[in-house]
Amino acid sequence: MNRFDYVRPATVAEAVAAASEPGAAYLAAGTNLLDLMKGGISRPPRLVDITHLPGLDQVERLSDGAWRIGALVRNADLAHDPDFAADYPAVAEALLSGASAQLRNAATVGGNLLQRTRCAYFYDPASACNKRRPGTGCDARDGENQAHAVLGWSEGCIATHPSDFCVPLVALDAVVEIEGRAGRREIALDTLHRLPGDAPERDSVLGPGDLIIAVRLPAEAAAFAAHARYLKLRERTSYAFAVVSAAAALRLDGGTIREARLALGGVAAKPWRARAAEQVLAGEAPTPEAYRRAAEVALADAQPSGDNAVKIELARRIVTRALALAAAGTPDRVPALPGSCFSPVPGALHAV
Amino acid sequence: MTLSISLTINGVRRTVELDDPRVTLLDLLRERLDLTGTKKGCDRGQCGACTVLVDGRRINSCLALAVSHDGAEILTIEGLAHGDALHPVQAAFIAHDGFQCGFCTPGQIMSAVGLIREGQAGADPERVREGMSGNLCRCGAYAGITAAVLDAQELIDSVERRAAE
Repeated sequence: MNRFDYVRPATVAEAVAAASEPGAAYLAAGTNLLDLMKGGISRPPRLVDITHLPGLDQVERLSDGAWRIGALVRNADLAHDPDFAADYPAVAEALLSGASAQLRNAATVGGNLLQRTRCAYFYDPASACNKRRPGTGCDARDGENQAHAVLGWSEGCIATHPSDFCVPLVALDAVVEIEGRAGRREIALDTLHRLPGDAPERDSVLGPGDLIIAVRLPAEAAAFAAHARYLKLRERTSYAFAVVSAAAALRLDGGTIREARLALGGVAAKPWRARAAEQVLAGEAPTPEAYRRAAEVALADAQPSGDNAVKIELARRIVTRALALAAAGTPDRVPALPGSCFSPVPGALHAV
Repeated sequence: MTLSISLTINGVRRTVELDDPRVTLLDLLRERLDLTGTKKGCDRGQCGACTVLVDGRRINSCLALAVSHDGAEILTIEGLAHGDALHPVQAAFIAHDGFQCGFCTPGQIMSAVGLIREGQAGADPERVREGMSGNLCRCGAYAGITAAVLDAQELIDSVERRAAE
Protein backbone atom coordinates (compact mmCIF):
# COMPACT_ATOMS: atom_id res chain seq x y z
CA MET A 1 0.00 0.00 0.00
CA ASN A 2 1.28 3.46 -0.88
CA ARG A 3 1.87 6.10 1.75
CA PHE A 4 -0.89 8.72 1.96
CA ASP A 5 -1.96 11.74 3.93
CA TYR A 6 -4.90 11.03 6.17
CA VAL A 7 -7.44 13.83 6.48
CA ARG A 8 -10.55 13.72 8.64
CA PRO A 9 -12.80 16.69 7.78
CA ALA A 10 -15.50 17.89 10.16
CA THR A 11 -17.95 19.12 7.53
CA VAL A 12 -19.04 18.22 4.01
CA ALA A 13 -17.60 21.52 2.74
CA GLU A 14 -14.21 20.71 4.28
CA ALA A 15 -14.38 17.22 2.79
CA VAL A 16 -15.07 18.52 -0.72
CA ALA A 17 -12.22 21.04 -0.45
CA ALA A 18 -9.80 18.38 0.83
CA ALA A 19 -10.77 15.86 -1.85
CA SER A 20 -10.48 18.34 -4.71
CA GLU A 21 -6.68 17.92 -4.62
CA PRO A 22 -5.35 15.82 -7.54
CA GLY A 23 -5.51 12.10 -6.80
CA ALA A 24 -7.29 12.43 -3.47
CA ALA A 25 -9.88 9.76 -2.65
CA TYR A 26 -12.75 9.60 -0.21
CA LEU A 27 -12.57 6.84 2.39
CA ALA A 28 -15.83 5.43 3.73
CA ALA A 29 -15.73 1.82 4.99
CA GLY A 30 -12.86 1.08 2.63
CA THR A 31 -14.07 -2.43 1.82
CA ASN A 32 -13.23 -1.90 -1.85
CA LEU A 33 -10.70 0.94 -1.68
CA LEU A 34 -8.35 -0.71 0.84
CA ASP A 35 -8.44 -3.91 -1.20
CA LEU A 36 -7.46 -1.90 -4.29
CA MET A 37 -4.71 -0.10 -2.36
CA LYS A 38 -3.30 -3.35 -0.97
CA GLY A 39 -3.01 -4.62 -4.53
CA GLY A 40 -1.38 -1.41 -5.76
CA ILE A 41 -4.28 -0.81 -8.15
CA SER A 42 -5.26 2.49 -6.49
CA ARG A 43 -2.54 4.75 -5.10
CA PRO A 44 -4.24 7.87 -3.75
CA PRO A 45 -1.78 10.34 -2.19
CA ARG A 46 -4.49 11.53 0.19
CA LEU A 47 -7.44 9.82 1.87
CA VAL A 48 -10.30 12.00 3.02
CA ASP A 49 -12.09 10.02 5.74
CA ILE A 50 -15.80 10.87 5.58
CA THR A 51 -16.95 8.28 8.14
CA HIS A 52 -17.07 10.86 10.93
CA LEU A 53 -19.14 13.42 8.99
CA PRO A 54 -22.45 14.05 10.76
CA GLY A 55 -25.88 13.54 9.21
CA LEU A 56 -25.04 11.18 6.35
CA ASP A 57 -26.19 7.96 8.03
CA GLN A 58 -29.96 8.43 8.08
CA VAL A 59 -32.70 6.52 6.26
CA GLU A 60 -35.77 8.74 6.15
CA ARG A 61 -39.14 8.97 4.45
CA LEU A 62 -39.64 12.49 3.12
CA SER A 63 -42.93 14.38 3.29
CA ASP A 64 -43.72 13.53 -0.36
CA GLY A 65 -43.35 9.80 0.36
CA ALA A 66 -39.92 9.48 -1.27
CA TRP A 67 -37.12 7.75 0.65
CA ARG A 68 -33.78 9.39 1.22
CA ILE A 69 -30.81 7.19 2.09
CA GLY A 70 -27.70 8.88 3.44
CA ALA A 71 -24.45 7.98 1.70
CA LEU A 72 -22.96 6.52 4.89
CA VAL A 73 -25.87 4.17 5.67
CA ARG A 74 -24.46 0.66 5.92
CA ASN A 75 -25.75 -1.86 3.38
CA ALA A 76 -27.02 -4.19 6.14
CA ASP A 77 -28.88 -1.41 7.96
CA LEU A 78 -30.74 -0.41 4.83
CA ALA A 79 -31.62 -3.99 3.89
CA HIS A 80 -32.94 -4.69 7.41
CA ASP A 81 -34.94 -1.46 7.77
CA PRO A 82 -38.43 -3.03 7.79
CA ASP A 83 -40.29 0.03 6.47
CA PHE A 84 -37.81 0.58 3.67
CA ALA A 85 -37.80 -3.12 2.73
CA ALA A 86 -41.60 -3.13 2.66
CA ASP A 87 -41.63 -0.31 0.08
CA TYR A 88 -38.62 -1.52 -1.96
CA PRO A 89 -38.29 -5.28 -1.43
CA ALA A 90 -36.16 -5.85 -4.55
CA VAL A 91 -33.61 -3.36 -3.21
CA ALA A 92 -33.42 -5.22 0.10
CA GLU A 93 -33.10 -8.56 -1.69
CA ALA A 94 -30.33 -7.23 -3.94
CA LEU A 95 -28.41 -5.86 -0.97
CA LEU A 96 -28.67 -9.16 0.90
CA SER A 97 -27.56 -11.13 -2.17
CA GLY A 98 -24.30 -9.19 -2.28
CA ALA A 99 -20.96 -9.82 -0.55
CA SER A 100 -20.94 -11.30 2.97
CA ALA A 101 -22.59 -10.30 6.23
CA GLN A 102 -19.30 -8.78 7.46
CA LEU A 103 -18.91 -6.68 4.32
CA ARG A 104 -22.57 -5.59 4.34
CA ASN A 105 -22.15 -4.46 7.96
CA ALA A 106 -19.32 -2.16 6.92
CA ALA A 107 -19.91 -1.15 3.30
CA THR A 108 -21.81 2.07 2.69
CA VAL A 109 -24.46 3.12 0.19
CA GLY A 110 -22.18 5.66 -1.48
CA GLY A 111 -19.29 3.22 -1.59
CA ASN A 112 -21.46 0.55 -3.19
CA LEU A 113 -22.31 2.90 -6.05
CA LEU A 114 -18.66 3.81 -6.61
CA GLN A 115 -17.07 0.37 -6.20
CA ARG A 116 -14.82 -0.58 -9.07
CA THR A 117 -15.02 -3.48 -11.47
CA ARG A 118 -13.79 -6.89 -10.33
CA CYS A 119 -12.26 -7.65 -13.76
CA ALA A 120 -9.23 -9.84 -12.93
CA TYR A 121 -7.03 -7.91 -15.38
CA PHE A 122 -7.92 -4.61 -13.72
CA TYR A 123 -6.86 -6.23 -10.44
CA ASP A 124 -3.56 -7.53 -11.79
CA PRO A 125 -0.89 -4.81 -12.08
CA ALA A 126 1.10 -7.05 -14.45
CA SER A 127 -1.75 -7.06 -17.01
CA ALA A 128 -2.56 -4.42 -19.60
CA CYS A 129 -5.67 -2.52 -18.56
CA ASN A 130 -7.01 0.71 -20.04
CA LYS A 131 -9.12 1.31 -16.95
CA ARG A 132 -6.15 1.08 -14.57
CA ARG A 133 -3.55 2.62 -16.90
CA PRO A 134 -5.09 4.44 -19.86
CA GLY A 135 -3.60 3.57 -23.21
CA THR A 136 -1.96 0.30 -22.17
CA GLY A 137 -4.49 -2.01 -23.83
CA CYS A 138 -6.88 -4.65 -22.55
CA ASP A 139 -5.65 -8.15 -21.72
CA ALA A 140 -9.22 -9.24 -21.01
CA ARG A 141 -10.03 -9.15 -24.74
CA ASP A 142 -7.89 -12.23 -25.41
CA GLY A 143 -7.99 -13.59 -21.88
CA GLU A 144 -10.40 -15.26 -19.52
CA ASN A 145 -13.45 -13.20 -20.40
CA GLN A 146 -16.45 -15.48 -19.82
CA ALA A 147 -17.77 -13.10 -17.16
CA HIS A 148 -17.23 -9.89 -19.11
CA ALA A 149 -19.66 -7.42 -20.67
CA VAL A 150 -22.14 -8.20 -23.43
CA LEU A 151 -23.73 -4.74 -23.60
CA GLY A 152 -22.23 -1.26 -23.94
CA TRP A 153 -18.60 -2.42 -24.07
CA SER A 154 -15.89 -0.91 -26.23
CA GLU A 155 -12.70 -2.15 -27.85
CA GLY A 156 -10.85 -0.53 -24.97
CA CYS A 157 -12.70 -2.12 -22.06
CA ILE A 158 -15.10 -5.02 -21.52
CA ALA A 159 -15.36 -4.81 -17.72
CA THR A 160 -18.68 -4.94 -15.85
CA HIS A 161 -20.01 -2.97 -12.89
CA PRO A 162 -20.27 -5.42 -9.99
CA SER A 163 -23.01 -3.86 -7.82
CA ASP A 164 -26.23 -5.75 -7.05
CA PHE A 165 -27.76 -2.81 -5.14
CA CYS A 166 -27.57 -0.50 -8.17
CA VAL A 167 -29.65 -2.82 -10.37
CA PRO A 168 -33.06 -2.41 -8.67
CA LEU A 169 -32.15 1.20 -7.82
CA VAL A 170 -31.76 2.08 -11.47
CA ALA A 171 -34.95 0.18 -12.34
CA LEU A 172 -36.83 2.28 -9.77
CA ASP A 173 -35.52 5.67 -10.98
CA ALA A 174 -33.19 6.39 -8.07
CA VAL A 175 -31.66 9.87 -7.88
CA VAL A 176 -28.17 10.66 -6.55
CA GLU A 177 -27.48 13.82 -4.53
CA ILE A 178 -23.95 15.11 -5.06
CA GLU A 179 -22.03 17.85 -3.29
CA GLY A 180 -19.24 19.35 -5.36
CA ARG A 181 -17.09 22.43 -5.63
CA ALA A 182 -19.97 24.26 -7.33
CA GLY A 183 -22.52 23.21 -4.70
CA ARG A 184 -25.28 20.61 -4.61
CA ARG A 185 -26.69 18.89 -7.68
CA GLU A 186 -28.83 15.84 -8.45
CA ILE A 187 -28.60 13.33 -11.25
CA ALA A 188 -30.47 10.15 -12.15
CA LEU A 189 -28.52 7.09 -10.99
CA ASP A 190 -28.88 5.82 -14.56
CA THR A 191 -26.56 8.63 -15.66
CA LEU A 192 -23.97 8.25 -12.85
CA HIS A 193 -21.97 5.38 -14.35
CA ARG A 194 -20.28 5.77 -17.74
CA LEU A 195 -19.93 3.28 -20.53
CA PRO A 196 -16.23 2.84 -21.30
CA GLY A 197 -16.07 4.31 -24.82
CA ASP A 198 -12.52 5.58 -25.31
CA ALA A 199 -12.10 6.65 -21.66
CA PRO A 200 -12.62 3.48 -19.58
CA GLU A 201 -10.57 4.97 -16.73
CA ARG A 202 -13.58 7.12 -15.90
CA ASP A 203 -16.18 4.90 -14.20
CA SER A 204 -18.61 7.71 -13.48
CA VAL A 205 -19.46 11.29 -14.35
CA LEU A 206 -18.18 12.52 -10.96
CA GLY A 207 -15.34 15.05 -10.98
CA PRO A 208 -12.63 15.87 -8.44
CA GLY A 209 -14.12 16.57 -5.03
CA ASP A 210 -17.62 15.36 -5.92
CA LEU A 211 -19.14 13.58 -2.92
CA ILE A 212 -22.28 11.47 -2.99
CA ILE A 213 -24.46 12.72 -0.13
CA ALA A 214 -27.58 10.58 -0.52
CA VAL A 215 -29.64 8.38 -2.80
CA ARG A 216 -33.36 9.03 -3.19
CA LEU A 217 -36.09 6.67 -4.33
CA PRO A 218 -39.30 8.29 -5.57
CA ALA A 219 -42.59 7.54 -3.80
CA GLU A 220 -44.06 6.18 -7.07
CA ALA A 221 -41.52 3.35 -7.04
CA ALA A 222 -43.23 1.87 -3.96
CA ALA A 223 -46.22 1.05 -6.19
CA PHE A 224 -44.21 -1.98 -7.38
CA ALA A 225 -43.72 -3.35 -3.86
CA ALA A 226 -46.15 -6.26 -4.24
CA HIS A 227 -44.36 -7.63 -7.33
CA ALA A 228 -40.65 -6.88 -7.12
CA ARG A 229 -37.71 -9.30 -7.14
CA TYR A 230 -33.97 -9.45 -7.68
CA LEU A 231 -32.48 -12.60 -9.15
CA LYS A 232 -28.78 -13.32 -9.53
CA LEU A 233 -26.87 -16.13 -11.19
CA ARG A 234 -23.43 -16.69 -9.67
CA GLU A 235 -20.77 -19.35 -9.66
CA ARG A 236 -21.54 -20.29 -6.06
CA THR A 237 -24.75 -19.89 -4.10
CA SER A 238 -23.54 -17.17 -1.75
CA TYR A 239 -20.79 -14.56 -1.48
CA ALA A 240 -20.10 -14.18 -5.19
CA PHE A 241 -20.57 -11.48 -7.80
CA ALA A 242 -23.27 -11.87 -10.42
CA VAL A 243 -22.55 -13.58 -13.71
CA VAL A 244 -25.87 -12.05 -14.73
CA SER A 245 -28.66 -10.61 -12.62
CA ALA A 246 -32.01 -8.89 -13.06
CA ALA A 247 -34.31 -6.67 -11.05
CA ALA A 248 -37.93 -7.00 -12.15
CA ALA A 249 -40.87 -5.00 -10.82
CA LEU A 250 -44.47 -5.09 -12.03
CA ARG A 251 -47.60 -3.09 -11.36
CA LEU A 252 -50.42 -5.55 -12.01
CA ASP A 253 -54.06 -4.71 -12.48
CA GLY A 254 -56.16 -7.85 -12.62
CA GLY A 255 -54.79 -9.83 -15.53
CA THR A 256 -52.78 -6.98 -17.03
CA ILE A 257 -49.32 -5.54 -16.50
CA ARG A 258 -49.93 -1.80 -16.10
CA GLU A 259 -46.26 -0.91 -15.77
CA ALA A 260 -43.00 -2.86 -15.71
CA ARG A 261 -39.50 -2.03 -14.56
CA LEU A 262 -36.49 -4.07 -15.58
CA ALA A 263 -32.73 -3.70 -15.16
CA LEU A 264 -29.83 -6.09 -15.57
CA GLY A 265 -26.58 -6.50 -13.64
CA GLY A 266 -23.28 -8.10 -14.59
CA VAL A 267 -23.77 -7.35 -18.29
CA ALA A 268 -22.21 -3.89 -18.75
CA ALA A 269 -20.04 -1.20 -17.16
CA LYS A 270 -23.20 0.20 -15.61
CA PRO A 271 -26.45 -1.15 -14.21
CA TRP A 272 -28.44 -1.73 -17.41
CA ARG A 273 -31.98 -0.38 -17.55
CA ALA A 274 -34.04 -2.18 -20.20
CA ARG A 275 -36.65 0.44 -21.09
CA ALA A 276 -37.65 -1.05 -24.44
CA ALA A 277 -38.42 -4.35 -22.70
CA GLU A 278 -40.52 -2.50 -20.13
CA GLN A 279 -42.59 -1.05 -22.98
CA VAL A 280 -43.12 -4.52 -24.44
CA LEU A 281 -44.65 -5.67 -21.16
CA ALA A 282 -46.96 -2.70 -20.56
CA GLY A 283 -50.56 -3.68 -21.29
CA GLU A 284 -49.74 -7.38 -21.68
CA ALA A 285 -50.99 -10.28 -19.62
CA PRO A 286 -48.35 -11.62 -17.23
CA THR A 287 -47.48 -14.76 -19.16
CA PRO A 288 -44.22 -16.66 -19.83
CA GLU A 289 -44.55 -15.69 -23.52
CA ALA A 290 -44.61 -12.00 -22.61
CA TYR A 291 -41.56 -12.43 -20.34
CA ARG A 292 -39.65 -14.20 -23.11
CA ARG A 293 -40.47 -11.43 -25.60
CA ALA A 294 -39.30 -8.85 -23.08
CA ALA A 295 -36.09 -10.81 -22.56
CA GLU A 296 -35.46 -10.91 -26.32
CA VAL A 297 -35.90 -7.15 -26.52
CA ALA A 298 -33.75 -6.51 -23.43
CA LEU A 299 -30.82 -8.38 -24.98
CA ALA A 300 -31.45 -7.35 -28.61
CA ASP A 301 -28.27 -5.25 -28.75
CA ALA A 302 -26.09 -7.70 -26.84
CA GLN A 303 -22.79 -8.82 -28.39
CA PRO A 304 -20.19 -11.19 -26.97
CA SER A 305 -16.99 -9.36 -26.00
CA GLY A 306 -15.04 -12.60 -26.02
CA ASP A 307 -15.78 -16.17 -25.02
CA ASN A 308 -19.01 -15.14 -23.36
CA ALA A 309 -21.88 -15.54 -25.81
CA VAL A 310 -23.43 -17.81 -23.17
CA LYS A 311 -24.04 -14.77 -20.99
CA ILE A 312 -26.53 -13.40 -23.49
CA GLU A 313 -28.69 -16.50 -23.21
CA LEU A 314 -28.18 -16.61 -19.43
CA ALA A 315 -29.30 -12.98 -19.23
CA ARG A 316 -32.44 -13.73 -21.26
CA ARG A 317 -33.26 -16.58 -18.92
CA ILE A 318 -32.60 -14.56 -15.77
CA VAL A 319 -34.92 -11.82 -17.09
CA THR A 320 -37.66 -14.35 -17.89
CA ARG A 321 -37.33 -15.99 -14.48
CA ALA A 322 -37.15 -12.67 -12.57
CA LEU A 323 -40.34 -11.47 -14.27
CA ALA A 324 -42.12 -14.74 -13.41
CA LEU A 325 -41.00 -14.45 -9.79
CA ALA A 326 -42.11 -10.82 -9.61
CA ALA A 327 -45.51 -11.68 -11.08
CA ALA A 328 -45.92 -14.47 -8.51
CA GLY A 329 -45.63 -11.85 -5.79
CA THR A 330 -43.03 -10.50 -3.39
CA PRO A 331 -42.48 -12.98 -0.55
CA ASP A 332 -43.34 -11.83 2.99
CA ARG A 333 -39.70 -12.07 3.91
CA VAL A 334 -36.51 -12.01 1.89
CA PRO A 335 -35.76 -15.69 1.10
CA ALA A 336 -33.12 -17.61 3.06
CA LEU A 337 -30.95 -17.46 -0.05
CA PRO A 338 -31.55 -13.90 -1.33
CA GLY A 339 -31.71 -13.54 -5.10
CA SER A 340 -30.93 -17.20 -5.56
CA CYS A 341 -31.80 -19.05 -8.75
CA PHE A 342 -32.44 -22.08 -6.54
CA SER A 343 -35.58 -20.54 -5.07
CA PRO A 344 -38.60 -22.32 -6.54
CA VAL A 345 -40.70 -20.55 -9.18
CA PRO A 346 -44.41 -21.12 -8.66
CA GLY A 347 -45.81 -23.13 -11.55
CA ALA A 348 -42.43 -23.60 -13.21
CA LEU A 349 -41.47 -26.90 -14.76
CA HIS A 350 -37.71 -26.55 -14.49
CA ALA A 351 -37.48 -29.22 -11.81
CA VAL A 352 -39.42 -31.79 -13.85
CA MET B 1 2.99 12.58 11.90
CA THR B 2 1.66 10.56 14.83
CA LEU B 3 -2.05 9.91 14.98
CA SER B 4 -3.51 9.29 18.41
CA ILE B 5 -6.69 7.23 18.62
CA SER B 6 -8.73 5.83 21.45
CA LEU B 7 -10.27 2.36 21.31
CA THR B 8 -12.12 0.21 23.81
CA ILE B 9 -10.81 -3.30 23.22
CA ASN B 10 -12.47 -6.18 25.09
CA GLY B 11 -13.79 -3.71 27.63
CA VAL B 12 -10.49 -1.93 28.25
CA ARG B 13 -10.05 1.61 27.00
CA ARG B 14 -6.72 2.12 25.28
CA THR B 15 -5.01 5.06 23.66
CA VAL B 16 -2.95 4.04 20.66
CA GLU B 17 -0.33 6.14 18.91
CA LEU B 18 -0.15 5.34 15.20
CA ASP B 19 2.96 6.40 13.32
CA ASP B 20 1.37 5.41 10.00
CA PRO B 21 -2.27 5.71 8.84
CA ARG B 22 -1.93 2.53 6.77
CA VAL B 23 -2.27 0.25 9.82
CA THR B 24 -5.37 -1.89 9.55
CA LEU B 25 -7.42 -2.82 12.58
CA LEU B 26 -6.21 -6.41 12.10
CA ASP B 27 -2.52 -5.46 12.10
CA LEU B 28 -3.04 -3.18 15.08
CA LEU B 29 -4.57 -6.03 17.08
CA ARG B 30 -2.02 -8.64 16.07
CA GLU B 31 1.24 -6.78 15.64
CA ARG B 32 0.98 -3.92 18.09
CA LEU B 33 -1.40 -5.05 20.84
CA ASP B 34 -0.40 -8.75 20.93
CA LEU B 35 -3.98 -9.90 20.42
CA THR B 36 -3.07 -12.69 18.00
CA GLY B 37 -6.30 -14.64 18.37
CA THR B 38 -7.72 -12.72 15.40
CA LYS B 39 -6.22 -14.40 12.35
CA LYS B 40 -4.87 -13.04 9.08
CA GLY B 41 -6.01 -15.31 6.26
CA CYS B 42 -6.35 -13.63 2.89
CA ASP B 43 -5.95 -10.04 4.19
CA ARG B 44 -8.34 -8.97 1.38
CA GLY B 45 -11.82 -9.42 2.85
CA GLN B 46 -12.51 -12.78 1.24
CA CYS B 47 -12.03 -15.39 3.97
CA GLY B 48 -13.44 -13.97 7.23
CA ALA B 49 -10.58 -15.21 9.47
CA CYS B 50 -10.09 -11.63 10.74
CA THR B 51 -13.71 -11.13 11.84
CA VAL B 52 -14.16 -9.00 14.98
CA LEU B 53 -17.10 -7.06 16.38
CA VAL B 54 -16.87 -3.28 16.04
CA ASP B 55 -19.56 -1.47 18.02
CA GLY B 56 -21.35 -4.81 18.28
CA ARG B 57 -21.26 -5.64 14.55
CA ARG B 58 -19.09 -8.21 12.80
CA ILE B 59 -16.72 -6.82 10.17
CA ASN B 60 -13.52 -7.86 8.39
CA SER B 61 -10.74 -6.17 10.39
CA CYS B 62 -8.32 -6.54 7.46
CA LEU B 63 -10.33 -4.04 5.40
CA ALA B 64 -10.68 -1.45 8.17
CA LEU B 65 -8.15 1.30 8.80
CA ALA B 66 -7.49 1.54 12.53
CA VAL B 67 -7.27 5.34 12.40
CA SER B 68 -10.77 5.56 10.95
CA HIS B 69 -12.21 3.65 13.92
CA ASP B 70 -11.20 6.20 16.53
CA GLY B 71 -13.62 5.88 19.46
CA ALA B 72 -14.90 2.42 18.50
CA GLU B 73 -15.57 -0.51 20.80
CA ILE B 74 -13.85 -3.68 19.61
CA LEU B 75 -14.58 -7.24 20.73
CA THR B 76 -12.11 -9.94 19.73
CA ILE B 77 -11.99 -13.67 20.42
CA GLU B 78 -9.84 -12.95 23.51
CA GLY B 79 -12.68 -10.96 25.05
CA LEU B 80 -15.41 -13.54 24.62
CA ALA B 81 -14.98 -15.91 27.57
CA HIS B 82 -15.46 -14.83 31.19
CA GLY B 83 -12.40 -16.31 32.87
CA ASP B 84 -12.68 -20.07 32.43
CA ALA B 85 -16.36 -19.84 31.48
CA LEU B 86 -16.59 -20.15 27.72
CA HIS B 87 -19.05 -18.13 25.67
CA PRO B 88 -21.94 -20.38 24.51
CA VAL B 89 -20.68 -20.18 20.91
CA GLN B 90 -17.20 -21.33 21.97
CA ALA B 91 -18.68 -24.22 23.96
CA ALA B 92 -20.94 -25.20 21.06
CA PHE B 93 -18.01 -25.27 18.61
CA ILE B 94 -16.25 -27.76 20.92
CA ALA B 95 -19.41 -29.83 21.46
CA HIS B 96 -20.11 -30.07 17.72
CA ASP B 97 -16.51 -30.39 16.56
CA GLY B 98 -16.87 -27.22 14.47
CA PHE B 99 -13.24 -27.10 13.38
CA GLN B 100 -10.26 -29.12 12.26
CA CYS B 101 -7.04 -27.12 11.90
CA GLY B 102 -8.55 -24.23 13.85
CA PHE B 103 -7.13 -21.34 11.84
CA CYS B 104 -10.53 -20.01 10.75
CA THR B 105 -12.15 -20.75 14.13
CA PRO B 106 -11.74 -17.37 15.89
CA GLY B 107 -13.28 -15.67 12.84
CA GLN B 108 -16.02 -18.29 12.62
CA ILE B 109 -16.86 -17.84 16.30
CA MET B 110 -16.87 -14.03 16.16
CA SER B 111 -18.98 -14.18 13.01
CA ALA B 112 -21.43 -16.54 14.74
CA VAL B 113 -21.67 -14.19 17.73
CA GLY B 114 -22.42 -11.36 15.30
CA LEU B 115 -24.96 -13.46 13.42
CA ILE B 116 -26.83 -14.34 16.62
CA ARG B 117 -26.88 -10.67 17.67
CA GLU B 118 -28.28 -9.70 14.27
CA GLY B 119 -31.22 -12.01 14.94
CA GLN B 120 -32.01 -12.77 11.29
CA ALA B 121 -31.28 -16.49 11.04
CA GLY B 122 -33.46 -18.03 13.75
CA ALA B 123 -33.49 -21.83 13.78
CA ASP B 124 -33.26 -22.09 9.97
CA PRO B 125 -30.03 -23.91 8.97
CA GLU B 126 -30.26 -22.40 5.46
CA ARG B 127 -30.25 -18.88 6.92
CA VAL B 128 -27.36 -19.81 9.22
CA ARG B 129 -25.30 -21.12 6.30
CA GLU B 130 -26.11 -18.03 4.23
CA GLY B 131 -25.31 -15.74 7.16
CA MET B 132 -21.98 -17.50 7.74
CA SER B 133 -20.92 -17.52 4.06
CA GLY B 134 -18.33 -14.82 4.68
CA ASN B 135 -16.23 -17.28 6.68
CA LEU B 136 -14.36 -19.90 4.68
CA CYS B 137 -13.09 -23.15 6.23
CA ARG B 138 -10.68 -25.04 4.04
CA CYS B 139 -10.96 -28.13 6.23
CA GLY B 140 -14.67 -28.22 5.43
CA ALA B 141 -15.99 -28.24 9.00
CA TYR B 142 -19.16 -26.50 7.88
CA ALA B 143 -21.60 -29.16 9.09
CA GLY B 144 -20.27 -28.92 12.64
CA ILE B 145 -20.12 -25.11 12.44
CA THR B 146 -23.77 -24.88 11.37
CA ALA B 147 -24.85 -27.25 14.15
CA ALA B 148 -22.82 -25.27 16.70
CA VAL B 149 -24.34 -21.94 15.64
CA LEU B 150 -27.89 -23.33 15.79
CA ASP B 151 -27.25 -24.85 19.22
CA ALA B 152 -25.63 -21.72 20.64
CA GLN B 153 -28.44 -19.58 19.31
CA GLU B 154 -31.04 -21.79 20.97
CA LEU B 155 -29.16 -21.67 24.28
CA ILE B 156 -28.73 -17.88 24.16
CA ASP B 157 -32.40 -17.43 23.24
CA SER B 158 -33.57 -19.62 26.13
CA VAL B 159 -31.34 -17.79 28.62
CA GLU B 160 -32.70 -14.46 27.36
CA ARG B 161 -36.28 -15.78 27.58
CA ARG B 162 -35.71 -16.86 31.18
CA ALA B 163 -34.16 -13.49 32.02
CA ALA B 164 -37.20 -11.72 30.56
CA GLU B 165 -39.68 -13.79 32.57
